Amino acid sequence: MSELFLHRGISAQRIGAMILRYWYLLMSSWPRLLELLYWPALQIITWGFLQLYIAQNANFFARAGGTLIGAVILWDILFRGQLGFSISFLEEMWARNLGNLMMSPLKPIEFLLSLMAMSLIRLAIGVIPMTLLAIAFFHFNVYSLGLPLIAFFCNLIFTSWSVGIFVSGLVLRNGLGAESIVWTLMFAIMPLACIYYPVSVLPAWLQYVAWSLPPTYVFEGMRALLIENTFRTDLMLGALAINAGLLVASFWAFLALLRSAKKHGSLLAGGE
Amino acid sequence: MHSTAQWRKNALSMTENSKASSRPTVADSTLSAAIEVDRLVKLYKQTRAVDGISFMLPRGSITGLLGGNGAGKTTTIAMIMGLVLPTSGRVQVLGHRMPEESAAVLGRMNFESPYVDMPMRLTVRQNLTIFGKLYAVKNLADRIAKLADDLDLNDFIDRANGKLSAGQKTRVALAKALINEPELLLLDEPTASLDPDTADWVRAHLERYRKDNRATILLASHNMLEVERLCDRVIIMKRGRVEDDDTPDAIMARYNRTTLEEVFLDVARGRTNGAREDAAR
Repeated sequence: MSELFLHRGISAQRIGAMILRYWYLLMSSWPRLLELLYWPALQIITWGFLQLYIAQNANFFARAGGTLIGAVILWDILFRGQLGFSISFLEEMWARNLGNLMMSPLKPIEFLLSLMAMSLIRLAIGVIPMTLLAIAFFHFNVYSLGLPLIAFFCNLIFTSWSVGIFVSGLVLRNGLGAESIVWTLMFAIMPLACIYYPVSVLPAWLQYVAWSLPPTYVFEGMRALLIENTFRTDLMLGALAINAGLLVASFWAFLALLRSAKKHGSLLAGGE
Repeated sequence: MHSTAQWRKNALSMTENSKASSRPTVADSTLSAAIEVDRLVKLYKQTRAVDGISFMLPRGSITGLLGGNGAGKTTTIAMIMGLVLPTSGRVQVLGHRMPEESAAVLGRMNFESPYVDMPMRLTVRQNLTIFGKLYAVKNLADRIAKLADDLDLNDFIDRANGKLSAGQKTRVALAKALINEPELLLLDEPTASLDPDTADWVRAHLERYRKDNRATILLASHNMLEVERLCDRVIIMKRGRVEDDDTPDAIMARYNRTTLEEVFLDVARGRTNGAREDAAR
């Protein structure tokens, strides 16, 4: 295995160095840590009470207990996973450190792998307390979903990485003027990913677009599990296949944008 | 081992100013050249930031890259580092083509530039640890301790980089640039915004490093005294081209000037022909 890494030139030490760099940063800044916890906690409390209210007044929601809270938690995995990736990348832009990294032996693939690892760490810091709040306040235990939760999680995190890699490439190429894409792009797919409603609600032609997005499969799968007690393997495999294509495409796009940044001198500019 | 005079002579014979027939082939020069730049061009839309420059820097040399703002110094250094892709031409560093073979050389070179910073919230020690790991430095703790001694970092090594003075930050940036004991060091304005005492201290350290490690240094600077003191060769750039390339003494003699600053003003104000004619008379 280590020979494979050596052959491909991927260094675990360099990836570890980058993770250490972001870890030092997180530990040096309590506002950064607090922010990781703050928004997920706010989300779960707001949506949790909404779910309680609806459940008291509608038979369907009483039967489909937890779909809203489950959707909120899974949406946060998708959104925070991408933010965790992209914010670690933005830290390099804000610190004007990208030139140092690009001039070092760190390879783009190692940089991206370290950002993926950081997205998992940041996600764990933000989402695990959120799931505990859901248990404490709303008696919704997302871990009771069991093995399907792992399939949901993997598919969502793969999508979040693909989006994170792509938007990081855009910021690399266009400078911090493109920073807003980091915060907004995921919301563009939110209505089509059918987080809080089934795909059947969408007009027929829009359903084709929705089914091209891996999160749609996950949220449909979650509803099938919570409402019908059925784990839809077909949906998970469909999401996995699209995610594989998205990840490859995002790596390719990142490298193309990096090359374009080098061509246009953007790595030296780094600003707006 | 070449004597200083010998490699100066070799270097000069390989520049754009020399006859094409005297330019060595890549195979001849690979062993002795730290940097080879051949007909390098960089276009930004309609602007020719670098316009067909060629030069070769022998290993162990210190070369100053002079020129006014917009002369193309930073772009040239960025292309040597692989941070900017040339429009045409070729760059070879330590025998490897850039940027195609950058993986083979990035661990053997390093740089310092005002265009980049070290992460502000991390302490000096944390920053050096991370870069040391990125460069796969062996016995990293010892290396950091030595750099801290050499560059006088011990008083603030556990302080956040953002809380340091400009002079302290420059020393830290220099420590990062030296963390891997690079064979090739690229410096862009290494003493900009430093007080004279700190600047002099940095220059002394660079001289010592070159001497002890036989390293090659290419530095871009607006400080003519710095270049006169440090460099055994000067490349003057103007509007993306090499305007002159020689030893500081030879250039000053050619322009009939006693300081590089006067030469710089002649070049910047377009008095090069007159100055050269004055020198010829």
